[in-house]
Amino acid sequence: MASPLNHTLAGNLVRRKLAERLFIVFGLGTLSLAVLVLFLLIGHLVVDGLPRINWDFLTSFPSRRPGEAGILSAWVGTCLIMLVTIVTGVPIGVAAGVYLEEYSPRNWMTDLIEVTVTNLAGVPSIIYGLLALGAFVYLFGLGDSILTAGLTLALLILPVVIVSTREAIRAVPVQIREAAYGMGATKWQTVTHHVLPYSMAGILTGVIIGLSRAIGETAPIITIGALTFIAFLPPAPVTAEPPFISFEWLGSAFTALPIQMFSWVSRPGEEFLNNAAAAGVVLMVMTVAMNGAAIVLRYRMRKRITW
Amino acid sequence: MTSVPSAIGPSILKAETKNLSFMYGATKALRNNSLPVGQNQITALIGPSGCGKSTLLRCFNRMHDLYAGNGYQGEIILYPDGHNILSSDVDPIEVRMRIGMVFQKPNPFPKSIYDNVAYGLRVRGVRSRAVLDESVERALRGAALWDEVKDRLDQSGASLSGGQQQRLCIARALATDPEMLLLDEPTSALDPIATANVEELLLTLKARVTILIVTHNMQQAARVSDWTAFMYLGELIEFGPTKTIFTTPSNKQTEDYITGRFG
Repeated sequence: MASPLNHTLAGNLVRRKLAERLFIVFGLGTLSLAVLVLFLLIGHLVVDGLPRINWDFLTSFPSRRPGEAGILSAWVGTCLIMLVTIVTGVPIGVAAGVYLEEYSPRNWMTDLIEVTVTNLAGVPSIIYGLLALGAFVYLFGLGDSILTAGLTLALLILPVVIVSTREAIRAVPVQIREAAYGMGATKWQTVTHHVLPYSMAGILTGVIIGLSRAIGETAPIITIGALTFIAFLPPAPVTAEPPFISFEWLGSAFTALPIQMFSWVSRPGEEFLNNAAAAGVVLMVMTVAMNGAAIVLRYRMRKRITW
Repeated sequence: MTSVPSAIGPSILKAETKNLSFMYGATKALRNNSLPVGQNQITALIGPSGCGKSTLLRCFNRMHDLYAGNGYQGEIILYPDGHNILSSDVDPIEVRMRIGMVFQKPNPFPKSIYDNVAYGLRVRGVRSRAVLDESVERALRGAALWDEVKDRLDQSGASLSGGQQQRLCIARALATDPEMLLLDEPTSALDPIATANVEELLLTLKARVTILIVTHNMQQAARVSDWTAFMYLGELIEFGPTKTIFTTPSNKQTEDYITGRFG
């Protein structure tokens, strides 16, 4: 490209801009590849699974006859496990993050805890399953129950929740903290009135990333003894007699969507494979719904907060 | 070099530092400062960047306690109690409830104007809506902001202009009726008109509260303060009535700084 201006400098500029263009081409290429693979996967799943999804599929128990089999026990199981995971994992993770960021003294103990938490995020999920089998099932005698599964997945999301809580908390400007302390607020008041509310959007992101990972986990809950064929529902959490609320379901045996899929995939016959694809579509819809809710919540929270 | 406060001092003291030194870890940021702060007077701290004036200011509400590794030596006596607020039996939170602070950059909470001003009282456990309403209005009037915001108290503090935000922060500090107000270069982020508004406000406020202000702007010190302290390299070089400091400083360094020869 000839320049009407200075020829020596222009030649250099062309070379420098070439590097830029090459990177853009490279970036677009890798990005398209990733998107293409994702769409192929989803497309494949939807083509195979969508014809199987109807009301009966959602409201039937598994069956030996693929045409009558459904995922009722699986999606109910997944929902209940996630409920236990959220109720236990999120408060503990957020509390741990707040403690590490705001309260913990700077010493070797804290350093050790920090390194451990960071490394926990990289532990393979089946190791969590083994830990849960030893601790929850045998040591505490919780059995192969919804409670055990929920607690196991809570352990799994703990590092993600802790790390994202800390990062979100760190993003709260020091001026805001000093303003609160300057008004005579205690540390607890500063944390609960300011630091936590302002970092909620970031914490939520971490929670959703953790839950999205947990909802699809198969290995750890197979390890603790999830059943692949469950033709009943756990006891209802709401009862007709006082106190109207029951926690019996926590102790119930369970299955979950990824387990149901795994079981169907390992069977012969195309119809079972289509069932697995249909269950996969449902699982993905649940994940997308969860992420969507998080995005909406995050957007609304961020809009209210400007420094 | 020792600190040489002027022989002439304020007649009624609200506070004074006695041989106050301060360490950031191993770095000594303040050396043996003895500064009197007159009751219902405006005392200005001036000096070049890094001279320790903000550090000294932040000793008064023990802001340094928030960060590990800081250490005070010497005393800050708060009158009329006559007690050393740096001593270990004094809770820094109690000090901060009595001595308010306004920061360099306006830092309203990302909450409504009302909630910003009511915060100090809520922290103390005041729940009565009537008491809060009354205090919020009084504080906003005190900060000359009431007329501008009375119709939008439920809007975010961040929706205000920079000058309004700073007056909101002053109102927030005033709402709890502090005995002393610390201002850390409160107008350095503001335009000249907003600066003039804040300065005018300070002059009206001194009847209510003792003011200690750090400023980079010497004209500002000359305009608003009754007393001026010049600091350099962590030491209090000269203290005296503002007029004296700006017209006939007794110290060569003070004179050089004021006439713009360094700083």
